[in-house]
Amino acid sequence: MARRLDPKGQSLYARFLRYLSEGDDRLDREVMHAVDAPPAQPAAETVKAPELPARVPEAVVRRHTRAARIFYLVAAALMAAGISLLLILTTTDLPSFGDDGNPVNNEVVRRYLEDGMRETGSVNLVTGMILDYRAFDTLGESNVLFTAACAVMILLRAGNREERIEIEADERMENRNQDPILQTVTRLLVPLILMFGCYVILNGHLSPGGGFSGGAVLGAAMILYLNAFGSGSAGRFMTLAVHRAVTVTALSFYALSKAYSFFTGANHLPSVITPGTPGNLFSAGLIPYLNICVGLVVCFTMYAFFALFRKGDI
Amino acid sequence: MDLTNYFEIAAMILFGIGLTLLLLNRNMIKKIIGFSMTDSAIFLYLAAKGYISGRKAPIVTDGITAAEAYVNPIPSGLVLTGIVVSVAGSAVLLALTVRLYRMYHTLDLDEITDKARKGGR
Amino acid sequence: MTMELWQSLPLFCIILPLFSAALVFMLRGKAAKGFCLAVLGAETVFSVLFLVRIREFGQSYTFPMGHFPAPFGNEIRGGLLEGIVLFFFMLILLLSLVGGIRRLEEHMQHEKLPMYYAMVLLMTASLAAQIFTNDLFTSYVFVEIMTLAAAGMIAAHGAGRALLASARYMIMNMVASSLFLLGIVLLYDLTGHLLMTPIRETLGAVAAAGKYGLPLTVTVGLITVGLSIKSALFPFHSWVPDAYGAASPASASILSGLVSHAYIFLLIKIIYRVFGTEFFAGTGIINVLFGFGLTAMITGSVSAIRQRDLKRMIAFSSVAQIGYIFMGIGLGSELGMLAATFHLLSHAACKSMLFITTDALARVSGPSTRLRDIRGSGYRAKLTAAAFTIGSLTMVGFPFLGGFPSKVNFVRAVIDIDAAHRVPVLVFLVLSTWLNTLYFLRTMISIYSGEKPDTPPEPVHNGAAYALSLLGFIALNAGLGLFSQRIINGLLRGLSMFS
Repeated sequence: MARRLDPKGQSLYARFLRYLSEGDDRLDREVMHAVDAPPAQPAAETVKAPELPARVPEAVVRRHTRAARIFYLVAAALMAAGISLLLILTTTDLPSFGDDGNPVNNEVVRRYLEDGMRETGSVNLVTGMILDYRAFDTLGESNVLFTAACAVMILLRAGNREERIEIEADERMENRNQDPILQTVTRLLVPLILMFGCYVILNGHLSPGGGFSGGAVLGAAMILYLNAFGSGSAGRFMTLAVHRAVTVTALSFYALSKAYSFFTGANHLPSVITPGTPGNLFSAGLIPYLNICVGLVVCFTMYAFFALFRKGDI
Repeated sequence: MDLTNYFEIAAMILFGIGLTLLLLNRNMIKKIIGFSMTDSAIFLYLAAKGYISGRKAPIVTDGITAAEAYVNPIPSGLVLTGIVVSVAGSAVLLALTVRLYRMYHTLDLDEITDKARKGGR
Repeated sequence: MTMELWQSLPLFCIILPLFSAALVFMLRGKAAKGFCLAVLGAETVFSVLFLVRIREFGQSYTFPMGHFPAPFGNEIRGGLLEGIVLFFFMLILLLSLVGGIRRLEEHMQHEKLPMYYAMVLLMTASLAAQIFTNDLFTSYVFVEIMTLAAAGMIAAHGAGRALLASARYMIMNMVASSLFLLGIVLLYDLTGHLLMTPIRETLGAVAAAGKYGLPLTVTVGLITVGLSIKSALFPFHSWVPDAYGAASPASASILSGLVSHAYIFLLIKIIYRVFGTEFFAGTGIINVLFGFGLTAMITGSVSAIRQRDLKRMIAFSSVAQIGYIFMGIGLGSELGMLAATFHLLSHAACKSMLFITTDALARVSGPSTRLRDIRGSGYRAKLTAAAFTIGSLTMVGFPFLGGFPSKVNFVRAVIDIDAAHRVPVLVFLVLSTWLNTLYFLRTMISIYSGEKPDTPPEPVHNGAAYALSLLGFIALNAGLGLFSQRIINGLLRGLSMFS
């Protein structure tokens, strides 16, 4: 009966049915093998480019790219302007900059400033806040770094033999350019940078500093060393085993000690951790140790990122 | 219309530009730069929020623990956490870009999508 | 108030996977696998213990993280709703990993497997933290952990399409993270607190004084849009088909069943505890969510019908089901929230099972996930096809399974709204159910059609773990259907103490 009413199939219903059975043509161009087939040779990425169909005619490409570029410029300008305008309109109604009576400056800040040194033992109130009052956030943040390190390792670490051979070939090409100036200066600087990094970490609770900044400085020293002397030299002590051991120890210590602190705190049990005398190196309860843990994790993670990006292996 | 929150306005402009780059640009590296810009804008905003005129950084000096002597320490802590999270996200995005480049020899996301869909791998 | 030991269970549920993720990074091979599964099993046991005790306890309680009470220190909060959701999510996570673990070992290089397990454990910790947290900034940090872990899990497969899917997933999620963070920062600027309950009190005062009208609306919008992008609400769902279609079955089932749902649960928590349902409804954003939910219900199913690839079809069906959940949230009533929460659980249980079975069906058909190649695979893999049938029936809403009480809840919630809007929304519901049935029944029939092969095909050994996981999933779905009334009562009680 539908065919009698609508012989040419032009009705909305017929068109809808045609649309439904059309198939999502993004996958229909060729016969596709299941994505579930295990990847054959990951090394094939660099050795052989995948099979590609014939190139689209030049004139069509040029027309498409010009139209696309104009569209992109216009759309981008409109969108950036739109979002910025909406947000700027929002800022007109916000509390003023630098004003004492802002909602931000409430009793929480007052307590952190007035009682912070007494309760946490840390002279640097920001460190006291992130490693004592709001330590849970910092625990999460260290694990964000760890997650990223895991993900980057899965992505970039050369797994099998073919990948490793290629990477070693690249490495041999690079090592031909050993720069004497860089090496001499590095020999002078790296110990100083390492010392400075350790100083920043240990003084996290006494002066501006902390685990994150100190760890970044340490990582920078190791990266400089790797750049100057190549992975043969750096690989003597910065191996995957060392990286794993240090990261695991630091993160476990952080998680367990903070779990102890949270557990005793919530259950109102006395804990063995005391604030100590502010101003001493070993005061502020757990904070110096947590700073060291965080610093080590950050240092090794930064180095791992650099080494993985550079040559696919730590 | 109170337009004196200069830092906040600058932060919002940066955020808008960065978000546009992240969403609309086809080049992977520029997307990552855009992401970096949005997060930097948020940190700028947070840093501005912490400031109180006429006060010093929240590190106890000379034993003064009066709340009127120091700037708000909370936004600094939030920025610390935010920077680490931003670095982590950029690292994963960059690793993905490196792998995609090795496989498809282009940084253009639309081209990669086309090649992936046709190539079937 | 003295705390009993069971009240520290949420803390253990968060810390144990964090600590184990670091440890599993050091182990190799079978030790890593066994350790990861043991920790997931322990988490499930903890969640059962917690659920049993919180039911008797009868009210929510806060657990300060450290020696300082809120709002000076961090805190987590446990209640009946959190307990129910934690139990289901942990069980689904365990079953998904057990079911997909064999394929994982075939796909990935063996040195990288411990890193994958580490990411699964980090995801577990993030899941527990998001369920229990009472602090906005903590939730942001753990949302980031989950995002990065999920991106790693998608890309772990190694194929080009998996990498591309992971890149697109990361880009959309980084947009969402930036929006979410900006919303949190603005909220901090306006209220001066980061913990959820103090924000609500301050917001009440600010809104009553009529100040900061535009910034508050923009903040609510930013946080909602950020979490909606991460939960794959229409029109932000472009990353879903590639991500779910290209990932390994364990990754796809964990992603589709847990990741989006954790973000939706976080959004529900923020609506209840940070904004309050009346304030949220007052901003009008709730109507936007409702509209997008309705649209997702229809366009998700229509796109699913057009697919020729089984995995992408199920991925689009996910988009449609998440549309249902957002429609429930968008209704703004208690029945709507109940429908949304129940559907959260039933959809998670069902979708994870579907992704695991799809992979096995594909293996005996080619291997290929094309619909025309799946024909007749019911005879080649009997348990898998049975599980797929049960999954399809659940999605369609067949009685005795988890989908039926879900649809009943939605109809009850819709009937409750005023008469002018009632009928169009009911029409939408019926339409989307019809569309759902179209593609799921079509696939079910296709699996069991075709000639029985003369020679029995080569048996594909999926392993005892796989069979165990499927049986567990089937039991879970049947349980959701048969014991739905008790679960609904629990959810209602939990929602009442949630804010």
